[in-house]
Amino acid sequence: MVEISHLSKNYGDKKAVNDISFSVEEGEIMGFLGPNGAGKSTTLNILTGFLSATSGSAKIDGIDILEQPLEAKRLIGFLPEIPPLYPDMTVAEYMNFCYELKGCKLPRKQHLHEIGEVVKIADVNKRLIKNLSKGYRQRVGIAQALIGNPKVLIFDEPTIGLDPKQIIEIRNLIKHLGKNHTVILSTHILPEVQAVCDRIVIINKGRIVANEKTENLVNAVDGTRRLVAKIVGPEEQVLQLLRSTQGVKFADKLGRRDTDSVSYLIESQENVDIRKPLFYALARASYPLIGLEGDELNLEDIFMRLVDPQKKEKTEKRRRNASQAPEAGKRSGEKQ
Amino acid sequence: MTAIYKRELRSYFITPIGYIFAGMFLAVSGLLFSWLVLSADNSGAYSYAKISNYFVYLLFVFSVLIPLLTMKLLSEEKKQKTEQLLLTSPVSLTGVVIAKYLAALTIFAATLLINSLNYILLYIYGNPNAAVILSNILGLFLIGASFIAIGLFLSSVTENQLIAAVSSIAVIVALLLISLLADTIEKEFFRVILKWFSVIDRYAPFTLGYFDIPAIIYFVSFTAVFLFLTVRVYEKRRWS
Repeated sequence: MVEISHLSKNYGDKKAVNDISFSVEEGEIMGFLGPNGAGKSTTLNILTGFLSATSGSAKIDGIDILEQPLEAKRLIGFLPEIPPLYPDMTVAEYMNFCYELKGCKLPRKQHLHEIGEVVKIADVNKRLIKNLSKGYRQRVGIAQALIGNPKVLIFDEPTIGLDPKQIIEIRNLIKHLGKNHTVILSTHILPEVQAVCDRIVIINKGRIVANEKTENLVNAVDGTRRLVAKIVGPEEQVLQLLRSTQGVKFADKLGRRDTDSVSYLIESQENVDIRKPLFYALARASYPLIGLEGDELNLEDIFMRLVDPQKKEKTEKRRRNASQAPEAGKRSGEKQ
Repeated sequence: MTAIYKRELRSYFITPIGYIFAGMFLAVSGLLFSWLVLSADNSGAYSYAKISNYFVYLLFVFSVLIPLLTMKLLSEEKKQKTEQLLLTSPVSLTGVVIAKYLAALTIFAATLLINSLNYILLYIYGNPNAAVILSNILGLFLIGASFIAIGLFLSSVTENQLIAAVSSIAVIVALLLISLLADTIEKEFFRVILKWFSVIDRYAPFTLGYFDIPAIIYFVSFTAVFLFLTVRVYEKRRWS
């Protein structure tokens, strides 16, 4: 549905986007992830025809945005980083303006009413946009993108600056829209993509560093799994036992102690489920296992590793330190 | 394109700018008109000259008022980030620029038309030359149209309305004053060039009731060049 190939964009000497290629299938919700200034907005602006690429091409449903801009733009609904709203218009006026601007052919009243229902702006229809709250403005921005029922929806950081309740609402809305549209969602908020997207493309310094299904991404980066186990027993012996259990790559005490148990951090080798062997080993040695939690890598870790591989070890250490001494860890985390 | 045109037209009357423009234009031109008519004497030829003066004075009124119409046309879109909506909609860049231009031109033409009601009074008290009046109105329209194109262009290069307005006033006044400057220049070569650019010199035939085709072509192409440059400003920004 969307195809970007070897796209580059230079601002003077600076390469904002450097030879990136990816494609989005029909009906997919793609998360476009990257730190601020990574080139997300530039890519989306090229894709929507607002900017032109230095080289490479962007196609929507096979139509090149540069060669047939009007046809391609008709297939796109775009919510830029800052919603393009005219403060001196009412919501209804604005929607009608966008309807005409996009040359929409659907029955006007019904279509605008439906959109109003979906994004829940019907109750502010008569209010001036400048008087709306940020959440409503964002929704009017989304509503504008939906006019004409375009095949591809592109949202550039749609939840920025919203409160947690609004964020969840907007996310649910995007999920809902994803059922009938191809969606590209740019963000630098990790849980957001985890919650909403089928696939994640990560961009950093103008280059793509990962392009994976959301669920595969964790494994793609690091197959090891981490567990935090609470075990009753003498520390040194337990630790020795843990280290000698098959499939365990790394084990160490964590600082946390309850009255009778100690917490341990255990890392397995790649793609090995060590929970059962662990249980039996501990049972045989009669060290009761009273708690076992998965401490899986989350996107945050993955992200840090991908965008800055040198930091990988540092992050690793920090994690362990943080687990051992939560308070001290927080402080060192702040420093970095 | 019609959507942009309609929105722009409407915004002139949501904000006070449309009213200020029309009000100031009609008030100042009415004042000038009555002053010149009252001070005219009965010798026919002389009063024609007076009427011609009136039209030249109006040009200076334009220099201040037309930038009012054009200053926010494109600069505000940039500031509000709404240009992203316009430029990612299925409307061509030329379409956007022309729609904006026509909106300003419509307000200007409507005000000019209302202002023309003044001349009807002349028929009650005398027998003015209709050709002089009509050609003057046409001349004013063409000059206004080119000034709007200048204003639109300058509005596209900044996101600050005030800068757009002040620079437009400066450019328009400079264009009006070129002919005064040209008269004082000794070198034939520079004088001819400056005269060629001088708006007032181009306008002179209209004040005499003469529909000067080259001048019409001059103003139309003047407008076209600035509209083209405005489109280029956007093209360039897209590619850089």
